[in-house]
Amino acid sequence: MSHANNKTAAAKIAEISGTNPLKCMKCGKCSASCPAFDKMDIKPHQFVSYVVNEDIDALAKCESLWYCLSCFACVERCPRDVKPGKIVDAARQMVVRQKGGNYLSANEIPALIDDDVPQQLLVSAFRKFRR
Amino acid sequence: MSINQEFKPKIVAFCCNWCSYAGADLAGGSRLSYPADVKIIRVPCSCRVNPMFILRAFERGADGVIICGCHPGDCHYSTGNYYARRRMTLLFSMLDYLGIEKERTRVEWVSAAEGVKFSTTMNEFVSAVRELGPNRRLGDLRCKD
Amino acid sequence: MNGIGVFVCHCGSNIAATVDVKKVVEMAKLEPGVVHAEEYQYMCSEAGQERIAKAIREKKLSGIVVCSCSPRMHETTFRKCAEKAGLNPYMVEIANLREQCSWVHKDINEGTEKAVILTRAAIAKVSLNTSLYAGESGVTKRALVIGGGIAGIQTALDIADAGYEVDIVEKTPSIGGKMAQLDKTFPTLDCSACILTPKMVDAAAHEKINIYSYSEVEKVSGFVGDFTVDIRKKARYVNMDKCTGCGACMEKCPSKKALSEFNSGLSTRPAIYTPFAQAIPNVPVIDPSQCLKLKNDKCGLCERVCQAGAIDYKQEDEIVTRKYGAIVVATGFEVIKLDNYDEYAYSQSKDVITSLELERIMNAAGPTKGHLERLSDGKAPKNIVFIQCVGSRCADGKGKSYCSKICCMYTAKHAILIRDKYPDVNVTVFYIDVRTPGKNFDEFYRRAVEEYGVNYVKGQVGKVTPEPNGKLTVHGVDLLDNKQLKVEADMVVLAAAIEPSPEVRNIATMLTASIDTNNFITEAHPKLRPVESPTAGVFLSGICQGPKDIPETVSQAGAAAVKVIGLLAKDKLLTNPCTAKADELLCNGCSACFNVCPYGAISYEDKLINDHGVRETRRVAVVNNALCQGCGACTVTCPSGAMDLQGFSNRQIIAEVDAICR
Repeated sequence: MSHANNKTAAAKIAEISGTNPLKCMKCGKCSASCPAFDKMDIKPHQFVSYVVNEDIDALAKCESLWYCLSCFACVERCPRDVKPGKIVDAARQMVVRQKGGNYLSANEIPALIDDDVPQQLLVSAFRKFRR
Repeated sequence: MSINQEFKPKIVAFCCNWCSYAGADLAGGSRLSYPADVKIIRVPCSCRVNPMFILRAFERGADGVIICGCHPGDCHYSTGNYYARRRMTLLFSMLDYLGIEKERTRVEWVSAAEGVKFSTTMNEFVSAVRELGPNRRLGDLRCKD
Repeated sequence: MNGIGVFVCHCGSNIAATVDVKKVVEMAKLEPGVVHAEEYQYMCSEAGQERIAKAIREKKLSGIVVCSCSPRMHETTFRKCAEKAGLNPYMVEIANLREQCSWVHKDINEGTEKAVILTRAAIAKVSLNTSLYAGESGVTKRALVIGGGIAGIQTALDIADAGYEVDIVEKTPSIGGKMAQLDKTFPTLDCSACILTPKMVDAAAHEKINIYSYSEVEKVSGFVGDFTVDIRKKARYVNMDKCTGCGACMEKCPSKKALSEFNSGLSTRPAIYTPFAQAIPNVPVIDPSQCLKLKNDKCGLCERVCQAGAIDYKQEDEIVTRKYGAIVVATGFEVIKLDNYDEYAYSQSKDVITSLELERIMNAAGPTKGHLERLSDGKAPKNIVFIQCVGSRCADGKGKSYCSKICCMYTAKHAILIRDKYPDVNVTVFYIDVRTPGKNFDEFYRRAVEEYGVNYVKGQVGKVTPEPNGKLTVHGVDLLDNKQLKVEADMVVLAAAIEPSPEVRNIATMLTASIDTNNFITEAHPKLRPVESPTAGVFLSGICQGPKDIPETVSQAGAAAVKVIGLLAKDKLLTNPCTAKADELLCNGCSACFNVCPYGAISYEDKLINDHGVRETRRVAVVNNALCQGCGACTVTCPSGAMDLQGFSNRQIIAEVDAICR
């Protein structure tokens, strides 16, 4: 992504997530709460500064996007209403949209579901990708 | 009409004594110019501005009226500007209905420290009124000499 | 009225450079009513003022317009000048030709044209001016202090030392407030009781100070210099004159289940109690919700053991009405409830406590006699974790948006005290920022780190989980190390946010003092008038105005006292004559003006009105000139146009509008 694209991407993330990253006071309560902290290369409290600094390229490439469990502990506990979990969600959505292009339609889904897939996984996937 | 035949609007500005009038003084002290068409009337508080005064101004040929008060929450009398805001919202929508365009009326919060804001606000307001041209609605023919 | 004089000032070249002053004088002479017009280099100078005075006397002027700088600069100067020359000072109007004309316009034609119009508007206004006279009101030489904590005590002492009578109203049975609950004070680690109790004794012994303990302010009316206040003295069920404070009743009382407020609920107290041993007054009260006699007429033990015969189960609340010249609000603070912070396990574990509770545990007179021990099992803790900013700096609606200001320092104090007394205990402090502005404050915090080995970790704690073995796991993060931490702790101390006492809302309403969204009372000016409320005669002391520590509270208390003394030292107060006035013939008593008045200056009277021959009694609005500040909200609200503002009347403003639009 070029510099200009990074700027629009940062604005897009702020828009999709519905949060204002400038409200962050860098307290780190999100990182303290995160159950997937050790697996992450970019830590939850850093997501915000990547958006503020418009470094979306790095954010899109990071492993953390795929380790986030969408448990939303950070969203629940953030004292400033910044919701890092929503920012990860938004970044993930952007990456998925770019990669895959078109979405599945609702009709295609039942055929794709394997009987061995645990229900819990489906539910968490829905939680993860909801707006 | 002035010498260069350019349209010179008559603008009445009501400024509260504690914030906006002081803001206008600061604009003067900082030599921040704005059009001479603006004439300021000092009132104790923006809530002292009776809708009647504004109607009277338009009736007497004013082309625009602006009311300046303290920022919400900063009113010297604690709540005056809230009353002004509510009254003027109603009045301005009625005036708009009567054909006095919304651009001719305005409420603006200017603190005693905002000389720059006062001057830019007046510049913007006057140029907006200039675009609209003279106000012919509500003008009372009996008032003309 | 005819006989207006116009005086145009050059202000050196300040005005004269962009305004043709001679033209202004000529044009002014053409205005109706103007009998005199002149210009001068500096009107505000001695010679300029002499010219004005001479013209007033010789031409018998009935009103003057000075075309000069802003009225905010020299209005008073010219008013005084007119008064000396025998003209009513309110017959002076200023046309602002400097700040609002010559300084902002460059073209001399434009400037002159505008100057002429501004002068015309001022002439039009002054011709409708009426003589106004500043009223006088008396001053009751007695002050009321609401709240008997360190703020209230210090304010009362300072006022009383200046020779004025002071009453302190304190809602709890004893003065002392939150400071009495503290163990040590930062940054010098003096024992709180050692520096507070002498002040309490001084206040009680001072001949000018009268303490209404276990009392609350019920009603306030009146205005600056003349407040009338109803104080409810709650029934103590103990006769204050007879009680000797021997304490036999408290020992014998069989009902001992109530939680002690003084010990933050960590111990129990009898139904008849004084909050703490050094209470002032040292007279117990009976808690009617706990007393067996008052609840079901069963016990009566205290009455039997009281040798002074001071117990009186029939006592009732008493209302005393007193007059005051000034009122000081010193209502103090409470620690917030932690219901919204389940993640810190405050309600789940006894070993998660607030800092105020730790103060009581550390205090020799506290529930553990000063031994640091876990409340769950009484064991000595080995690892203690402090969590900062619990409920402070929260923008999510669960806590408070502001910084509570005192927590960084008291946490450093607790850490130092623990490490000093128990060197084998590990202390970890999780912080977001360490804020230590203040004399010797940062040095104090650094000592905690450097000398006492307190482990400060940057990063807010995510959650605290109680473990089956009785320990607590603190899930934190070290942001500087980028590592998640799980710290095992025996005790967790939460630096809970502080908030203004809930009573302050009610009191602010009674005093017509405004409060902000956080329930702090708004000061008249955040920088220049920090101890005055916008309501004249009401002053602020301590945390009711904003979070502050003891040194700051004491300085503010002194400042509030000086303001009170300055007010009480006056025999008469001059009132602003530019007040609202109701036309009795037009007023229909609808109460619209009453509802918008921010000062409670409007009341209603039934008056006999002679309306063009029809004589009838009508309810009409009456404005109290001492209370009215002249904002004019009522004048616009009045549906019948009965209200008008003197000095800025409808006719005057309309005359200005007409003059400008002519």
